[in-house]
Amino acid sequence: MSDVWRMVAQRLALGLLTLFLVSVLIFGATELLPGDFAEAVLGQAATPETVAAIRRELGLDQPVHIRYVNWLAGVMQGDFGNSLANRNRPVADMIGTRLGNTLFLALYAAAMAVPLSLALGILAALYRNSIFDRSANAMALTSISFPEFFVAYVLIVWLGQAGIFPSMARIPAGADLGEKLYRTFLPALTLTLVVTAHMMRMTRAAIINLLASPYIEMARLKGMSPMRVILKHALPNALAPIINVVAINLAYLITGVVVVEVVFVYPGLGQLMVDSVARRDMPVVQAVALIFASAYVLLNLLADVLSTLSNPRLMHKK
Amino acid sequence: MTDKPVLLTIRDLRIEGRSEDTWTQIVKGVNLTLHKGEVLGLIGESGAGKSTIGLAAMGFARDGCRISGGTIEFDGIDLRMASEAKRRGLRGKRIAYVAQSAAASFNPAHKLIDQYCEAPVVHGVMGRKEAEHDAVELYRKMRLPNPEEIGFRYPHQVSGGQLQRAMTAMAMSCRPDLIIFDEPTTALDVTTQIEVLAAIRDIVAQFDTAAIYITHDLAVVAQMADRIKVLLKGEEVEEADTRTMLAAPTQDYTKSLWAVRSFQREAQAEAGGTPVVSVRGVTAGYGPVRVLKDVSFDIHARRTVAVVGESGSGKSTVARVITGLLVPEKGEVLFDGQALPADYRKRTRDQLRQAQMIYQMADTALNPKLTLRELIGRPAQMYLGLQGRKLRERVRELLHLIELEPDEYIDRLPSELSGGQKQRIGIARALAAEPKFIICDEVTSALDQLVAEGILRLLDRLQGEFDLAYMFITHDLATVRAIADDVVVMKEGKVVEQGPKAEMFQPPHHPYTELLLSSVPEMDPDWLTRLLEEREAAKVG
Amino acid sequence: MSVLIPILWFLAILAASTAAAWLFRAAAVAIAPRNTARALRGAPLTASFGMFVIAVYLLVAILAPVLAPYPERAVIGSQFMPWSETHWLGTDNLGRDTASRLIYGARNTVGIAFITTALAFLIGSILGLWAATVGGWIDQVLSRFVDVLMAIPSLIFSLLLLTIFGTSVVNLILVIAIVDSTRVFRLARSVAQGIVVMDYIEAAKLRGEGMWRLITREILPNAMAPLVAEFGLRFCFVFLAISALSFLGLGIQPPTADWGSMVRENATLITFGDVTPLLPAGAIALLTVAVNFVVDWQLHRASGLKE
Repeated sequence: MSDVWRMVAQRLALGLLTLFLVSVLIFGATELLPGDFAEAVLGQAATPETVAAIRRELGLDQPVHIRYVNWLAGVMQGDFGNSLANRNRPVADMIGTRLGNTLFLALYAAAMAVPLSLALGILAALYRNSIFDRSANAMALTSISFPEFFVAYVLIVWLGQAGIFPSMARIPAGADLGEKLYRTFLPALTLTLVVTAHMMRMTRAAIINLLASPYIEMARLKGMSPMRVILKHALPNALAPIINVVAINLAYLITGVVVVEVVFVYPGLGQLMVDSVARRDMPVVQAVALIFASAYVLLNLLADVLSTLSNPRLMHKK
Repeated sequence: MTDKPVLLTIRDLRIEGRSEDTWTQIVKGVNLTLHKGEVLGLIGESGAGKSTIGLAAMGFARDGCRISGGTIEFDGIDLRMASEAKRRGLRGKRIAYVAQSAAASFNPAHKLIDQYCEAPVVHGVMGRKEAEHDAVELYRKMRLPNPEEIGFRYPHQVSGGQLQRAMTAMAMSCRPDLIIFDEPTTALDVTTQIEVLAAIRDIVAQFDTAAIYITHDLAVVAQMADRIKVLLKGEEVEEADTRTMLAAPTQDYTKSLWAVRSFQREAQAEAGGTPVVSVRGVTAGYGPVRVLKDVSFDIHARRTVAVVGESGSGKSTVARVITGLLVPEKGEVLFDGQALPADYRKRTRDQLRQAQMIYQMADTALNPKLTLRELIGRPAQMYLGLQGRKLRERVRELLHLIELEPDEYIDRLPSELSGGQKQRIGIARALAAEPKFIICDEVTSALDQLVAEGILRLLDRLQGEFDLAYMFITHDLATVRAIADDVVVMKEGKVVEQGPKAEMFQPPHHPYTELLLSSVPEMDPDWLTRLLEEREAAKVG
Repeated sequence: MSVLIPILWFLAILAASTAAAWLFRAAAVAIAPRNTARALRGAPLTASFGMFVIAVYLLVAILAPVLAPYPERAVIGSQFMPWSETHWLGTDNLGRDTASRLIYGARNTVGIAFITTALAFLIGSILGLWAATVGGWIDQVLSRFVDVLMAIPSLIFSLLLLTIFGTSVVNLILVIAIVDSTRVFRLARSVAQGIVVMDYIEAAKLRGEGMWRLITREILPNAMAPLVAEFGLRFCFVFLAISALSFLGLGIQPPTADWGSMVRENATLITFGDVTPLLPAGAIALLTVAVNFVVDWQLHRASGLKE
């Protein structure tokens, strides 16, 4: 038992190290900016005096590692500095509610996609090479190939124009949960469609991969029904790959969210990021990138830990 | 035997397998009758269709196979006509299966006892409590250690021999009328094999269960079966009562199978002079694990040293030290009296050329994307600088040496060869370097007996022609008997005993050598019974 | 009713593409040399359809100047003109001919995606094969570095880099290629690792073969099949990533005709019920589907028809 926990601790330590390196990378990226942060702030209006003043104000006259430590210390306390585009506006303010909105959308999509794709993947593995499997596969492959904005616009044209669901995902203040779910249905559905296909295919593959194992043949030779073979004998051994599949796809939601938010004009982090990239508003981009990257790292870490715990060889040492 | 009622009748069974898009027949009209409580041995080389027939007796065909003709009647039920649900109801309950590799056939995610109870509970034979109780009883009968608690372990926590016995217990869980044993001891070491064979034989007799025992090992089947059926490429060769079959086989193919074990090469002159290879006090391992402990032996020109041991004895690690893949902690390897650099990267091209290696799995030892011309030609080109026409001639010459027609084979890829031919290419590649010394790592253990014999004869001939020194790594004492001049017995990383073959096979032995030698099954059907009695007597005495 | 009509359309398109795929396969089998023809005959309809679509796209990309009725960038009418005889698909937000831009888009979008993928492959597979073959600390350093790079979602990382370096086609190609080469590295390394443990590699090492020959003669030929399939998959990812960035206004910049930005520029039409902006998006989708279908078939073949 202690070995497993040591492994888990190792994974956690590695995850934290990765987070640290990611933050270094994201912070360090700004060092590559041609010219100087201060010049970027002032743009055309830069004079040597104002640049010097800004440099002092932003602490740019200090060496890199001190600035990094200060930045990180700020981030830990939720202080991401000030926006360049809207000077004096703290980045944290701009992120605030948007982070909640993005999380809401991602969770909404995940809640639909995960059960759906696991069920479809298991069914496809159970009835492999049947018409159901083949058509589910072809459809999954098709929807993987669609750019998110294509799926989104097709849904808008189809369901939005018909007036069944709103095609603009603006949430009025004080809307209750039902209202929110209704208004954000199309963006959530878009994300679900994009992610489900992937997850379903990979779940199916993970299970089918195992079906050639001798212990599956053994279960069949013990007279077990196909459903029992899949659920009782294949699934427990496919847990690790499936957990990873789910994590990869939830992480993928994070990226997908960016485009979908833009299409549906949804006030989330993704839209903020796109706007900030266009304006080259570095502190905002940095902050949002760090949030997305952390979520991504943490999800993968969680998957890693869970799949370690699902392995009987590790859980029950000799 | 025959006065008992018939349990299973198979008539004109035909099974097809799919390769690419076409179906080809792999079982071509086999008949089989099995009476209640009778044990039938199915023997044959790979590709004979033994396992396929065994599974067909359960009305089962693997993915990519289909039963295309004939009838399978089990206790009055036509298995081909019966519904899948009906067949499922029989499997595990009235017909059970014991697979070759228990380690792979137990589900790693469940405890042994859960897997034991599954069939009785799902088939409604008994309740969970009762089944658990029964499991302990059968574990005890199978002479498993700690029968009360072994079931609560996961498969990876139990050794191979024990797993195989637990699997037999599991097959017995519903007290079936018929059990299919599919090479149940092939993956085990000889000393472990004995216990499993004895346990299987006892329990089958005790419950009067009929069995189909599938194996490629004649001596094993001689111990287990009442009757033997010999198969070749999906067709029946002959069938007879075990004693009759062993004493007087009628078909040429059966006779040739029987004869394989008689190959024995001529005795060589005594060793003398400086040994070609000398392993001196080698201690080595991976990380903190010591795999070799103070190993020393010599190999002389024109002589074959067999390094024998069971899995985990360190015999393959010796080869890695000699080739320089593993740097030993202590000790050294001498070549013609000169110390070799421990790391192969520090050896000269000529030192590398002088010692060649032939691998167990020819499949993984030959680059699948290169033609034989390139595979065999490369060492000649690299070490001896042959180019163009000379190189071509040399490759043809080498193909001749290994008895393959050059024009037909020179541009083939390994995938276009049979297993035995691939192994011959491995030999030709080693010869192309014109070495003094060749390591043969279990070169025949993946091959059928007849093919293996051909390889041994070829190696023997080449040794005489080119004055080669061989080191044979093997777990198979029959191979040792056939080809070795000197024997090195290893156990847990140590040399237990070494000397000329003649001495090694004569008592007195080291106790471990004794155990190893006595555990090799013999063709005598009474061998197992006698051996068990002797061991029992020795224990009492 | 309005919900059902698209479903009917969908079925009609499905029938048409099945017919096209079938005809294409029949034609290809008839033309191709014997060995290729045999492989083609076994191709499922999905893969035939994929090959058909890829062939059409290639033709359009090559023949763009001949096929397009108007120049790529010329303003030839008023904004948002409807579909007509002279302007088959109407005009865009600046009054340029949509059909012509769609045709030129095949050249620009697909071309840039292809160059990017090729670059990503060059970097990723060379480093990956090298790392696996050498092993040791070089492998460790490279792999850990790639791990960290991969810990940032690729779109987010691309956005970050584009903010720093600015949006231009060259920057776009370099940024996406580098971000994507990490994925290629992973695959190439793991494929090569599976090969490096084979006895024939050990035999080659013991023979005294040098690194270069080891990689090019012993490892690469055996790693080709998965790498080629991966090229198809990577192309899809790169293509979608570039389209997404262009759609966000951060990828290929105007006035170059590009499908992603065409969707963005004309998206307002959708709110008026005009589906024209869906066409470039559909063009992207169709090509990705096609490539995926072909890759899927190849992967299935390579896996030895396991199930």
